[in-house]
Amino acid sequence: MRIVNGFLFILCMVIPLIGQNAPSPTEVPGSQAGIHLVSPLPTGEWTMPAGDYANTRFSPLSQINTGNVKNLHIVGEMADGIPHGHEGGPLVVDNTLYMVTPFPNYLIALDLTKPGYPMKWKFEPNPDQRSVGIACCDVVNRGASYADGKIIYNTLDANTVAVDAKSGQLVWKTKVGDTDLGETITMAPIVVKDVVLVGDSGAELGVRGKLTALDLKSGKILWRAFNSGPDSDARIGPDFKPFYQKDRGKDLGVTSWTPDQWRLGGGTIWGWISYDPELNLIYYGTGNPGVWNDDMRPGDNKWSITIWARNPETGDAKWAYQIEPHDGWDYDEIMENVLVDMPWQGKTRKLLIHPGRTGFVFVLDRETGEVLSAENFEPVTWAKGYDLKTGLPIENPDKRPHTNHYARGVCPSSTGGKEFVPSSFSPKTGYLYIPAHNTCMDYSGEDVNYIAGTPYLGASVRMYPGPGGYQGELIAWDVANAKKVWSVKEADLPVYSGVLATAGDVVFYGTMDGYFRALDARSGNVLWQMKLSSGIIGNPMTFLGPDGKQYVAIYVGIGGWMGAVALPSVSTDDDYAALGVVGAMKKIKQMTSPGGALYVFGY
Amino acid sequence: MSSATKSLLAFFFCCAAPLVAATAELRVCADPNNLPYSNQQQQGFENELAQLVARDLGVSLSYFWFPQRHKFFRNTLLAGACDVVMEVPTGIDVASTTVPYYRSIYVFVSRRDRGLHIRSFDDPQLKSLRIGVHVTGENDDRVPSTTALLKRGLVGNLEGYDIFGKLSEQNPAGDIVRAVADKTIDVAVVWGPLGGYFANRSSAPLEATPVCPSPLDQQIPLSFDISMGVRRGNDALRDKLNSFIARHRSDIRHLLDSYSVPLVSAQGGQCQK
Repeated sequence: MRIVNGFLFILCMVIPLIGQNAPSPTEVPGSQAGIHLVSPLPTGEWTMPAGDYANTRFSPLSQINTGNVKNLHIVGEMADGIPHGHEGGPLVVDNTLYMVTPFPNYLIALDLTKPGYPMKWKFEPNPDQRSVGIACCDVVNRGASYADGKIIYNTLDANTVAVDAKSGQLVWKTKVGDTDLGETITMAPIVVKDVVLVGDSGAELGVRGKLTALDLKSGKILWRAFNSGPDSDARIGPDFKPFYQKDRGKDLGVTSWTPDQWRLGGGTIWGWISYDPELNLIYYGTGNPGVWNDDMRPGDNKWSITIWARNPETGDAKWAYQIEPHDGWDYDEIMENVLVDMPWQGKTRKLLIHPGRTGFVFVLDRETGEVLSAENFEPVTWAKGYDLKTGLPIENPDKRPHTNHYARGVCPSSTGGKEFVPSSFSPKTGYLYIPAHNTCMDYSGEDVNYIAGTPYLGASVRMYPGPGGYQGELIAWDVANAKKVWSVKEADLPVYSGVLATAGDVVFYGTMDGYFRALDARSGNVLWQMKLSSGIIGNPMTFLGPDGKQYVAIYVGIGGWMGAVALPSVSTDDDYAALGVVGAMKKIKQMTSPGGALYVFGY
Repeated sequence: MSSATKSLLAFFFCCAAPLVAATAELRVCADPNNLPYSNQQQQGFENELAQLVARDLGVSLSYFWFPQRHKFFRNTLLAGACDVVMEVPTGIDVASTTVPYYRSIYVFVSRRDRGLHIRSFDDPQLKSLRIGVHVTGENDDRVPSTTALLKRGLVGNLEGYDIFGKLSEQNPAGDIVRAVADKTIDVAVVWGPLGGYFANRSSAPLEATPVCPSPLDQQIPLSFDISMGVRRGNDALRDKLNSFIARHRSDIRHLLDSYSVPLVSAQGGQCQK
């Protein structure tokens, strides 16, 4: 992390623990015994999508705490005029706040040293307009990373750009995917050493999912690792040691498909990437296989719905764990992998915690890929649980749709027990704070569909609220004991924002109807909330201002897959529209309206 | 849907793309690169049909071009960017559809010099052939030809072709027929208008044969009625189009013949001897 002298001086005044050579802590005062955080935490700045490599999204700042959070008030606000989903969150580097908008993917720099946070500059990448028609689920962007004086992010038309953080001038731009083939990019890249790591979107269009590594200085492509195809394409070599038998064998990315079907393999990477500096491994999950009709693709369909561990410099795979072979429900598992060292059944283990669309919280040993626990956090009917010996789900066959079998009462729905919106882990409580959904779905009779001039039949999917009288909740999940401690429920809407936990024992998140909320990290009591101008599907973050005081920032702007129902172009007439989510999201149009903006709060 | 939501939607529609009086202009949404249906040079049968309609109604013709992929209707007809899509399956839920103006059927496309002459999914030759099918990327799509082939255990013979192909190519949905011509695959099963058009215009000797439905496939519709589609509630325009269709059946038939569109009766497929 690059910190100017004056800023470092302020940090030292506020957090005396920080030394010149160790600008960020990995140990937090008041942490539970034995919990070790593997990567430095964000102190005054916020330089990467999650704040930290380990994706805890935990901030050691504690000026804002359970006692004074009730005094939070808006100190800055900036609308960008873009009526699409605002996912992700801003960065703060060197007293400048950087915001990436949805398409057309502006990068806006705000000066935090001046009242009203005036704009320093706006970078306009002018992405190809055609990418708007290709993106499956709203034209979102999930944020940027800062490194080496550059802000690096992806544009919807599958380019990665590096912009000079001071001048706002383009440093390099690299085409990473081909919109002609249906590839788009919505995810936020991370930078490890001199390597920029970029995923992709577009599995619905038969894209072959891949991770691309770019050189930080030049933007040159260093290597690619595909999620289907021969081992050489997947960068599987002698170092590859999956824990489970089912994930071992030669060229499984070819042999687990019918001939050549892997070429439309899907398994895109549109969520978050974690990094463990001690093991020098990156971790990320992959999405649904390319052809959605699962009868057409018998086999495990590797490497869709898989968690990978890889060396960030060479791209070589260390292990892989396919969470769900032969996906039948669009359970993308591109969610965050939270890296924590903590006591597990009496012994300190290097954990990877993955709360996923399947409705389970997976706890893996991140050195080996062994599953230590898989417990459901929302109602689940597609599987009874997981066999930890084989790593396989114990499926309920009646809930798997086939030609002529319309599975009903499938929980969770395709939007999952949670979506890509990231959870946060507090070493002080040992809880993972999970933004969760409770929706189920029915596959029913076939309707005539029409695409590119061709009529065909499609099974209709209708999603609706799950059992229990709520549709979303913010869950405090006790990781060590694999159980829910408390939750704050939403009757009519999923919780579809990211979460921020802080050393002030406050948990921040937003709701789709626009409440920005602070909870007591221990009890779940609502300490403060404020209704903002649009629904929240972004991720809260926190930073120290030039005055040495702590601030909290959040985007508003309803949209995204589930929130797209709030956009004027989507009708609520048809329960089956927007890939089926309309049935679950009927009320949102009355509860909020679109319009992107950044809000900054002080205490 | 509540009336409040309806008026909210109406407000956004009108402001997003002001509606021009339907009497002055026929505003058509179409794919800019998808023959035989339409392209930006207006060389498709949808383009010719739109000209016939505009002339008949005495209005001018304008286009809003948009690739017919996911979100096509949301970004075109439903967004108010046009008033009619020239071709939709009859009864599709995103639009109000006219009476059908033709009915076509899935076809087998193969090289004549292979002498395969496949007419039915029961043909035992299929067991040893590479069979191209379209995949749409839609949640649980059931492209009927694929369903019929899966039923016969031929999943290992299928070669999936992304129906969207590559945007920068001409007429990307025709990829699958080009693959038959260059012998990448032995046979393709595709929607009739596409198969008929490309098979008859290929430099390779191709034949397109309508599927002869087998008793095994009674539950699998292989032929579909095709209508024009307008926004729900636009009954005035729909009625005019219905009247046009009733008065121009033979013109339409000639038009479709000139594009080699295989036509079938309402009873379904033909089983030529």
